[in-house]
Amino acid sequence: MLTKRIIPCLDVDNGRVVKGVSFVNLRDAGDPAELAKFYDKEGADELVFLDITATSDNRDTMVEVVRDVSEEVFIPLTVGGGIRQISDVRRMLEAGADKVSLNTAALHNPKLIKEASEFFGSQCIVVAIDAKKYNAKLTDQQDQSMTVCEELKVDLDTGWVVYTHGGRNITGVDVVKWAQKVADLGAGEILLTSMDSDGHESGYDLQLLRLVSSSVSIPVIASGGAGTLEHLQQAIEVGKADAVLAASIFHFGTYSIGDAKTYLANRNIAIRPLGK
Amino acid sequence: MNDLGTAKPKIAVIDYQAGNIRSVEKALTQSGADAVVSSVPGVIESCDGVVFPGQGACDSSMLNLRSHSLDHLILRLISNEKPFLGVCLGLQLLLQHSEEGDEDCLGLIEGTVKRFPQGHKIPHMGWNEVNIRSDHPVLSGVPNNSYFYFVHSYYADPTDKNVIAGTTTYGIEFCSAVAFDNVVAVQFHPEKSGDVGLKIYENFVQFTKMSRGVLS
Repeated sequence: MLTKRIIPCLDVDNGRVVKGVSFVNLRDAGDPAELAKFYDKEGADELVFLDITATSDNRDTMVEVVRDVSEEVFIPLTVGGGIRQISDVRRMLEAGADKVSLNTAALHNPKLIKEASEFFGSQCIVVAIDAKKYNAKLTDQQDQSMTVCEELKVDLDTGWVVYTHGGRNITGVDVVKWAQKVADLGAGEILLTSMDSDGHESGYDLQLLRLVSSSVSIPVIASGGAGTLEHLQQAIEVGKADAVLAASIFHFGTYSIGDAKTYLANRNIAIRPLGK
Repeated sequence: MNDLGTAKPKIAVIDYQAGNIRSVEKALTQSGADAVVSSVPGVIESCDGVVFPGQGACDSSMLNLRSHSLDHLILRLISNEKPFLGVCLGLQLLLQHSEEGDEDCLGLIEGTVKRFPQGHKIPHMGWNEVNIRSDHPVLSGVPNNSYFYFVHSYYADPTDKNVIAGTTTYGIEFCSAVAFDNVVAVQFHPEKSGDVGLKIYENFVQFTKMSRGVLS
């Protein structure tokens, strides 16, 4: 049976993992390769590395990070942040990434999804969507570098709206419509982050998750809001997520990947047991 | 020639612009082989064994193989008993035809490549169990129902069920591995499946070493 995936997400700045990773038993908790090995041993099903500064200088550093990590870890590796063009995708894949995650660049230029998936295969193209429940009072800065076509416009009453630039700029694009569009364009998977829930550790946005997951035929990774193991269970059972991504609950050692897997297995959710 | 037992076998990784071959190269190196990534027939032929990886679309991959004259080479290497490991698309292309495209595939194995029926998310992406039903040396020591990493929308459906070495269930039960003689090909990615995946590469390296002793 296909198992639900548990994916730790690591934020990388200047070649170092940041965001207060606190493992006592690691020699160097900021070293991406070291952490990747740690999570691999713990039973992580995949790893996501997110370049949080995403400047062009940092991208060169990120290529090195990917190269180092993929030398030592033989599980799927996704890289996101600052991937703007086909040549960026190619560099990351050649360095050893298995998938790249597109976000802002895909919104500015949706053809990028089609070109990248036709060239490298859908299996390696993830589209990350940063979503917020829409209301007329949102005052965030508009993303000036895009015009939203009619078919993608957010539904003013019921919709969630897509953000760009790491959640700074609002676009006017509807999350569900965009999810369907990226699937049509050839994306192999959607990484869906609820900005309303992210960082609060009070659970994923299950309504959003379920809506998106049931609107597309490609897998959806839930992100943003995990604080307890029950949240992971809810994302899978209620939100219909195919995979759950979490950062702080794993990084701070609140729970291990093994804890999460045992918890889910005890609730009859198919997971890959450790050491199999 | 007294170095048969110790020298690293040279294993070619066929490079035809189809997906992430770097992890295949690394898995081979980690497993004790001298990995040679190449699209040059002469170079590939000079190696002791061959890995045929691949991700992406069937038609463009077949066209790439033909443009490098690799299609005939692959069939010749297999009939010359060169140890051969196909991965993902490298399994599918061994069949005669794929529902994904119009181009003929290599036709080593009778049968077609089919799309998963509707009802489940496509691609089939993630870790799934492989029910192993073969005692081929490349699969030895791999516990039955081990989990491997998959990502694909089509699956191989060989006519001769005797070549099937492993099956996996995703809505339907499908062929996730074939094995016969010098050929093993798997739908999953052993280079992305942690220790149990590396075991397959280690076995393949050993198998290549043994075959080199016999063939030379």
